[in-house]
Amino acid sequence: MNTEPVLQIKDLTVSFRIKDEYYPAVDQLDLTINKNEVLAIVGESGCGKSALALSLTRLHDTKNTRIDGGLIFKGQDLNKLSPGQMNKIRGSEIGMIFQDPLTALNPLMTIGRQIEENLDYHTTLSKKEKTKRIYELLEHVNITNPERVYNQYPHELSGGMRQRVMIAIAIACRPSLIIADEPTTALDVTIQSQILDLLKQLQAETEAGIVLITHDLGVVAEMADRVVVMYAGEVVEVASVMDLFNNPMHPYTRSLLASMPGANAGQDQLHVIHGRVPSLQNIPRGSCRFSERIPWIPQTAHAQNPQLDEVSPGHWVRCSCYQHFHFEDEGKGLVMDGVAGAK
Amino acid sequence: MWKFTLRRILIMIPQLFVLSVLIFFVAKAMPGDALSGAIEANPKVSAQVLEEQREKLGLNDPAWVQYGRWLGNLFQGDLGKSYVHKVGVTDLIGSRLANTFYLGVAILILTYVISIPLGILSGRYQNTLLDKTITGYTYLSFATPIFIFSLLVLFVFGFRLGWFPTSGSVDVGVQPGTWAYVVNKFYHLILPACAGALVSTTATIQYLRNEVIDTRLKDFVKTARSKGVPESKVYSRHILRNSLLPIAAFLGYDLTAVLAGNLFIESIFGYPGLGQLFLQSITQRDFSVVTALVMLSGLLALIGTLLSDLILSWVDPRIRMG
Repeated sequence: MNTEPVLQIKDLTVSFRIKDEYYPAVDQLDLTINKNEVLAIVGESGCGKSALALSLTRLHDTKNTRIDGGLIFKGQDLNKLSPGQMNKIRGSEIGMIFQDPLTALNPLMTIGRQIEENLDYHTTLSKKEKTKRIYELLEHVNITNPERVYNQYPHELSGGMRQRVMIAIAIACRPSLIIADEPTTALDVTIQSQILDLLKQLQAETEAGIVLITHDLGVVAEMADRVVVMYAGEVVEVASVMDLFNNPMHPYTRSLLASMPGANAGQDQLHVIHGRVPSLQNIPRGSCRFSERIPWIPQTAHAQNPQLDEVSPGHWVRCSCYQHFHFEDEGKGLVMDGVAGAK
Repeated sequence: MWKFTLRRILIMIPQLFVLSVLIFFVAKAMPGDALSGAIEANPKVSAQVLEEQREKLGLNDPAWVQYGRWLGNLFQGDLGKSYVHKVGVTDLIGSRLANTFYLGVAILILTYVISIPLGILSGRYQNTLLDKTITGYTYLSFATPIFIFSLLVLFVFGFRLGWFPTSGSVDVGVQPGTWAYVVNKFYHLILPACAGALVSTTATIQYLRNEVIDTRLKDFVKTARSKGVPESKVYSRHILRNSLLPIAAFLGYDLTAVLAGNLFIESIFGYPGLGQLFLQSITQRDFSVVTALVMLSGLLALIGTLLSDLILSWVDPRIRMG
């Protein structure tokens, strides 16, 4: 596996302003995305994964958002670039795909024009060359009728087609990093797998690093090389996809996996995680943030100011509580001191 | 598209018919007729003469007979004769239509020239001092009655400072067809047009401001930014076009309102247009002129809705019709 880093996130804190105070939605996050790697970021809604995705290209509204820390991309810190310099990187070096293809395209612009806009700012191609390149791109994302789609408007295309167009926009300038923020959430299942296949195929060709934001563990299993589990703005577990599914450690990861419906498990009920993700202002900072959702685990099991520990090569877990965790309906006897298996 | 337009035009026929019935009978229901008032009060005119005149003018016929006659004439393009001005209604309206058109177009252009940039700035720089100043202006102009504002403008700039003429559409003695005539007409337009435009910008500014604020948060704007499109282009190409859609929808109504005349402005500035004529005709019970003018504005309203639909389908591909 090639481990040449594309983007190094160093001590990244993304804070949103609520009534004159800034609250971190992403808290002191360190992460490296490698070339030719699909890094999945999983978590519930509100855990900070989308806030993280947008901060990577600094797409947040600067008036209400503060981004601290380093985003080292190709030897330069994106967080220190001027808006003009940042615009040179967006769309050329880093491509983005968003959740809802129904709203992510401008309804008043033809598809061709929307892809062309990307080429306008990052290439010196002539009008003719650009049109040719757009046809190629559309073909590349498996759109069968590029000449026709070129002149169509978004509302004339299906959801799956629009997401393909979004992908064409994202890869138009062959970026070395693609950020996909829940790219399949708004699509139905058959289209989902087509889009995922397409992303995989494109990655194999371009060796780009892909950051895949999702809450769908099925998507993670199919796509990811490495998985980052986020909870309340923090990374709680990082592992290879094999390790994560075979040997999940953090109570949150285990709870997430337990709440996934199995096709042949014959379950009547799904596992439910107690409570909900705390809102931005109510995150219990300085202690284990997940502790309030597993109240049957004694407070003494949690570390003060929990850090990420490397429990095996490449497998990081936050807080000591994973060593003492058991599900509420399991006996304490099942605790296997740090070698907890999936339920 | 042509099919759609044709269908809409055909639907207008029954609509206009219903409108004509309403207008005719409501106008008839006004107390008095063209002979009441000054003529009736004149002691030299005997009751018998009045009665003869009414008989001659057909005012004593049953209402439905009068309606039938009026409708028949209408189909032949004859709008009747003004009881007061003693000329054909067509000529009477025609001579004022041009003036109303100039004033209406001037107000319309000025309104958009003022309100579109202000609306965009206000939305783009939301909650800044600039935005608050513009919003303050819209509240003030919305709260100001047009007739008071017009009087104030007329008093200050026309009467006190004497910069602009206080009435009319052109000075007496200026030769039509000359360059001086055009300039003189324009000179007479400035004051009423400014007065009309300054108080009619509110809706457009507020609407546009809200649209810009809404559109700015749309996903496709985020997409545009993620492509590396510079902020100024994000506004001009993505946010603006989408924000202007609802404004474009109003344009059809506005265009036809141009011809309907502006009652207050024309009356206060003594500007001989259709609005002024309408007001005079009502007070003088000049029945044929009133019905003709209301018919005209009804027709214009119908054309306005059609125009709005056509404009909207022209600018928005989602509702483009095959």
